[in-house]
Amino acid sequence: MKFIPAAVAAIVVAILPFFLSGYHEGLAVYVAIYFVAILGLNILTGYTGQISIGHGGFMAIGGYTTALLSHYEHWNLILTLPASLGITFLVGILVGIPALRLSGVYLALATFGFAVSVPQLPLKFSKFLGGSNGIHADHSVTHLWLYVVSWSCAGIAFVLAWLLLRGRTGRAFRAVRDSEVAAASSGVALPIYKTLAFGVSGAFAGVAGSVLVLATNGFAQPSEFGVLVSLQILIGAAVAGLGSLWGVVVGGVFIGLLPSVSASVPLIGSSHGQDVVFGLIVILVMLLLPNGVAGLLRRFEPLVKTAIKPDR
Amino acid sequence: MAPLLELENVTARYGPVQALHGVSLTVDEGQIAAVLGANGAGKTTTLRTVSGTVRRDGDLRFDGKPLANVGPDGSARLGIAHVPEGRGTFAELTVWENLRLGAYTRRGSAKDDFARVQTYFPWLEERRAQQAGTLSGGEQQMLALARAFMQRPRLLLLDEPSLGLAPLLVTEIFRIIKELNENEGLTVVVVEQNAHIALQLAQTAFVLEVGRVALSGPSAELQQHESIRRSYLGY
Amino acid sequence: MTAFAQRLGSMRKNAVGTGASVPVVLFLIAAAAFLVIGSLVSNIFAQQTVAGLAQGAIFGSLALALVLIYRATEVINFAQGEMAMATTYIAYQLTLWGLSYWLAFFLTLPIAFLLGMAVQVVLIRPVQQSIIAVVIITVGMFILIDGLVTWIWGADLKFMKAPFGNTVYHAGGVAFSRQDIGVLAVSVFSVILLWLLFQFTKVGLAMRAAALRPAAASLVGVRVNWMLAMGWGLASVLGAVAGLMTEPTQFLQPTMMQAILLYAFAAAVLGGLESPAGAVVGGLSLGVFLNLIGQYIGFATPELRLPIAFAVLLLVLLVKPTGLFGRKQVRRV
Repeated sequence: MKFIPAAVAAIVVAILPFFLSGYHEGLAVYVAIYFVAILGLNILTGYTGQISIGHGGFMAIGGYTTALLSHYEHWNLILTLPASLGITFLVGILVGIPALRLSGVYLALATFGFAVSVPQLPLKFSKFLGGSNGIHADHSVTHLWLYVVSWSCAGIAFVLAWLLLRGRTGRAFRAVRDSEVAAASSGVALPIYKTLAFGVSGAFAGVAGSVLVLATNGFAQPSEFGVLVSLQILIGAAVAGLGSLWGVVVGGVFIGLLPSVSASVPLIGSSHGQDVVFGLIVILVMLLLPNGVAGLLRRFEPLVKTAIKPDR
Repeated sequence: MAPLLELENVTARYGPVQALHGVSLTVDEGQIAAVLGANGAGKTTTLRTVSGTVRRDGDLRFDGKPLANVGPDGSARLGIAHVPEGRGTFAELTVWENLRLGAYTRRGSAKDDFARVQTYFPWLEERRAQQAGTLSGGEQQMLALARAFMQRPRLLLLDEPSLGLAPLLVTEIFRIIKELNENEGLTVVVVEQNAHIALQLAQTAFVLEVGRVALSGPSAELQQHESIRRSYLGY
Repeated sequence: MTAFAQRLGSMRKNAVGTGASVPVVLFLIAAAAFLVIGSLVSNIFAQQTVAGLAQGAIFGSLALALVLIYRATEVINFAQGEMAMATTYIAYQLTLWGLSYWLAFFLTLPIAFLLGMAVQVVLIRPVQQSIIAVVIITVGMFILIDGLVTWIWGADLKFMKAPFGNTVYHAGGVAFSRQDIGVLAVSVFSVILLWLLFQFTKVGLAMRAAALRPAAASLVGVRVNWMLAMGWGLASVLGAVAGLMTEPTQFLQPTMMQAILLYAFAAAVLGGLESPAGAVVGGLSLGVFLNLIGQYIGFATPELRLPIAFAVLLLVLLVKPTGLFGRKQVRRV
């Protein structure tokens, strides 16, 4: 019963490419990329209550890992994904350690610093990391290949997240979010779970970053991973709302599709118009749904339940 | 004396939890009224409905006029001063700044209001620059009272003024309240767990039980009936 | 006189405002001494210090706006830089319509105030119970304002008349531009005005009370919502000042405040997120520090300026999260 929505979604995703043009396939890839990144952030913030505005940094590290491994060592592109996952997981753990001492807005600012600083590194070490021109993976891929890879990652991420969160780890995560003191006194080893959350979260973002690089002609450039990316992931997570995996789907769709939707609004025209529309829509969505899609779903839950089983 | 405060069938809730199930009481101008009852009976909530801290349904009249849901700042402007649980003192600000805030709704300089307050709390003058959070519990309670008086209210709502204070201080504070009532004509509604001392101060009392007035009357009467004392007042 | 002295005395014990403790003050005096001695010894040191102070003053002005909003509502306003930029464009438009620079400057301030208030009332107040929603709205505003300004005025560089003139003074081999001095003076002046407002006026006291304990403030008759709106208005004015002070060096373009916002975050944290004086001191310190590090440590090339600023931010957060002047404020309702 519970698996029906997931199965339906999987089928839709599988047959969609047959109906989409190349351009729209490309868009779908972006949806998948952001879905994975937002899922990562959602795990961190939604389930352990730690805020991060730094996930663009993890995406950058993952993306550069893919580009570098392909460019210098000629790795198979698919194999770079687990490598990226591993490396960003470790970086996530490293970031999670000082994060233990921070919370709330302080943590947000510190992670923001991380996101801002990481793209500067390729500019500094330009010889090895390619400077502002970036690093190029050694071969390019088709739209369909991208679609399959990105949505496979998305599917795997969804399942992994679901498994992780329903088990003991998930309960521990939720306990940390709701009350650190209570969690610690009931035996949850806080530092381990909090850093673990950062590691997992970063790993998801890292893989998303790798796929992003593959989707942009194999180029990893600092400009791709600017502040805006971290902000977009944050927006996506807020739109998704906390505590619902399906909300994350909506969040991914929102961020993946909105830029191009904004660009196609006729009256204002071209790139600046896109920002105006995007900004307006983000604001409107937050005004209407402060708790995101998850909040909306929670409000509808009792209604749905009464529809199925009417009150006496 | 005309009634200053009238509650008729006032209900209030915190989210899904109904706290007041229909409270009706009347306090005349110049009276001191005590609101008593066990924990959770709704005493604090009753005060909150008057000051507008909590939304309510039912009739509430202040000085004969219906009181809309104006919120705490609105009721302050109408002449209702509420000293809440925890005293509502600004611990981070100085004594003088706390007093200035008490006089916020008054026109003109706070200094004139302060002159009157000083007669009841002479020790405040030398402590003006002290950070309010560093005062002792009793001093903070008196500061809260002084601040409320700076407002020159018509109605003073006090939530458990004796809480956490040594008996000597409690006596002192209640003495000051009585003075304010007698000299300034200040109407007082005081919520208290310490029913004994509250009944000695007040002329009339209301005993709340599960969000309703279970018992009311002149405090002398309630003090005398032993069965009432035992069942409702615990002594 | 005694009342005033008493009030001054209470400043030291007062938790709001300059919560500087003795070790911090001593540290700052030592640092200042170091800068003076270094400047006397080396011209390059002096030049970098002066340039650093001028840049730092700009970081500090924007940090001041951030701190004001954070103090009142515990929200980081990601759109602060863009609001500052937009109000600077408004001033620019006023000069295009024929007003002199300073007339435009002083007319922009009340406009900025009203805009700031409007933002709080229309966009922030409806969702103020959810901090995440407020932050996202400020992010949305960031993007929206950027787009709006580019749409209305275009992305090309524009120029306003220099407010303090272009004269450069030379003293002992160091160049001081009138512009730098002017920016410094304006920043310090803003902090002083703000301090006067908060310490001595009824409105200032009410704003502090509303920020510290909204429920208690409400009970004494303070209209807390309006105080918050005024806080945003005030922050917007400070942002406008920061933008106008930035324009001479960065020129007028939609991206002009973006990097500065980032440095302003670091400056605000360094100074203490709840301290206005700290914001300015933090900004000045950061500006000088970055310049000196850039000059004397070869590894620290310009690309690393932002990472270094954030390394400072991280260090402060880990070692003394309340910053130089901050004091642990227990937020209660």
